[in-house]
Amino acid sequence: MRYSFKFVARRFVLLLVIIWSAATLNFFIPKLTPRNPLREKLLQEATRSGYIPPGFEEMVASYEERFGLNAPLWQQYATYMSDMFSGNLGVSIANFPKTVAQLVGEALPWTIGLLLTTTIIAFVLGTFLGALMSWPKAPSAFRYLVPGVLIFGAVPAYVIALTLIYFVAFQWKLLPIGGGYGIGTVPDMSVTFALEVFKHSLLPALALVLSGLGGWTIGMRGMMVTVQGEDYMTFGEAKGLKSWRLFYKYGVRNAMLPQVTGLALALSFIVSGSVLVELVFGYPGIGTLLARSINQLDYFVIYGIVFVIVVAIGITLFVMDMIYPLLDPRIQYERD
Amino acid sequence: MSRFHLILRYLKRNTPLAIGLGILVFFILFTSIGSLFVETEAGYPLGAPASVAPTMNYCPRIDPECETTEPEAYIFGTDGQGRDMLAVAVQGTWLTMRIGLLAGVIGVLTGTILGFASAFYGGTFDVLIRWMVDVLLTVPGLLVLVVIASSLGDQTISITGMGLIIALLAWMGPTRTIRSQVLSMRERPYVMMARLNGMSGPGIIMRELIPNLLPYLGAGLVASVTGAVFASMGLAALGLGPLREPSLGVTIYWVINQNAFLRGLWWWGAVPIITVALIFVMLFLISVGLDELANPRVRRSE
Repeated sequence: MRYSFKFVARRFVLLLVIIWSAATLNFFIPKLTPRNPLREKLLQEATRSGYIPPGFEEMVASYEERFGLNAPLWQQYATYMSDMFSGNLGVSIANFPKTVAQLVGEALPWTIGLLLTTTIIAFVLGTFLGALMSWPKAPSAFRYLVPGVLIFGAVPAYVIALTLIYFVAFQWKLLPIGGGYGIGTVPDMSVTFALEVFKHSLLPALALVLSGLGGWTIGMRGMMVTVQGEDYMTFGEAKGLKSWRLFYKYGVRNAMLPQVTGLALALSFIVSGSVLVELVFGYPGIGTLLARSINQLDYFVIYGIVFVIVVAIGITLFVMDMIYPLLDPRIQYERD
Repeated sequence: MSRFHLILRYLKRNTPLAIGLGILVFFILFTSIGSLFVETEAGYPLGAPASVAPTMNYCPRIDPECETTEPEAYIFGTDGQGRDMLAVAVQGTWLTMRIGLLAGVIGVLTGTILGFASAFYGGTFDVLIRWMVDVLLTVPGLLVLVVIASSLGDQTISITGMGLIIALLAWMGPTRTIRSQVLSMRERPYVMMARLNGMSGPGIIMRELIPNLLPYLGAGLVASVTGAVFASMGLAALGLGPLREPSLGVTIYWVINQNAFLRGLWWWGAVPIITVALIFVMLFLISVGLDELANPRVRRSE
């Protein structure tokens, strides 16, 4: 065993604390504010017909009773907590019969699919570019790429996304302007549908890759520069090793490790996705669901999404921490 | 050689810092000179005619040849709700930077105090702070802010309120950096010497540690401001900002919400996009430059 029981226990308690604080935050923050989501939502629905029907306050009261909102606070908190831990996230107000878990479950595959692909593409491309940029024997063209890549990395993905939408989708009409698939298409398992999904995901993917590339490039470039100063590189060169061998087996391989750690971290954040890029494209993932729920005052969905994402990130980070010492023998938690 | 010349010579060597500060100076000039020419209400809905493409001489529809009125210049155009985009650019840059600075400064101050206290006093306090930082850094900040901002309601959020909300989650990064820096500096020989000389605890902090931490504090401030600007834009673009104010994030919200591009109003999107991109590039270049200043090892690798 590379890690002690104490470390695993501490890490597990941290995970529980994270989940507990997320749930508690979700419960108490809305209670601390003067807003009453149920009343607001009912009022919004009621005023649609132009006037507030008589007996509105009684209606609010009866709904509050149904949702258990007139019980003492500690009792509400206990019910809420047991609901959360048994996976019952409540029902959506705006799409009533659907539960929050259903809505999140529908959106999650889109987000994970998009983000998993783009994170890996950005990682591979960025690492490769970064390695070449700092390699003296690489074509000098790579060094001129530096400012461009870095500047794209500094700009938020949704700003790039908006620019891409204007030029690629609106002006040149090369790719669809948004959505997960064409309007009027019924999702099925056919090849045409898969192609359509692919076409619709190209632009969001491009925006995410362009903005994600910079970070990986900078990291890899820095590590390669450090590695090139190592004695074994000088020795390898003196031994007359072929340039590509020196580059891949001696340079890239040793400079990769921090990048892989970074990838593990980045992968744990794919559930939260890039809310704003999805919103800009109307991509049917978590981000768009979140934005829609905010517009519709669908509080239970908002809190449900936040809770699910926090739990997912917490669990992934926990698993990563457990796997990591197995991958890198140099890491040792809690020396005894 | 004067101090001014020394700074200039350093900037010549540190190109990222020079370009970043250059953009900063440009923004300061743009907002301060711009605000002299721009009327406040021009940045708010109906402050100008709607959907006018960038033009130097605009004539109202009732007087197409400008026979009775002076033609007006809308060099950045106006948006679909009648905001002058030049006014939006001027006021929006200032509002966005104000939110960023407010949250960033609060974040760095809180982080410095907590980091120092945590490193100096240790014990239960240190454990508590470390746990809080660990937990909060795991949670995606934007989503927590979404919960807070959405339960506050959009009517109550002002620009200052926005800054304060974002400051709630801006202190963990600085706390962590300062804590680890103080822990390592505390053991350095010059601190030992000061202690042996009988210098008091606060004296050591003020006279020995703070001056050595300044580059880190500067870099931390830039990082916090970047994070805060990012968060404020994100919240506003989701529709959780002060929707009447002409901040850049709110403008992006309206661009998305009102399909500016589909309606062919490209200048409506271009103005916030270019400004936002410039702001982030500026912050990035300044932080790279400060890193080089704080961390001579990075300098050697160039």
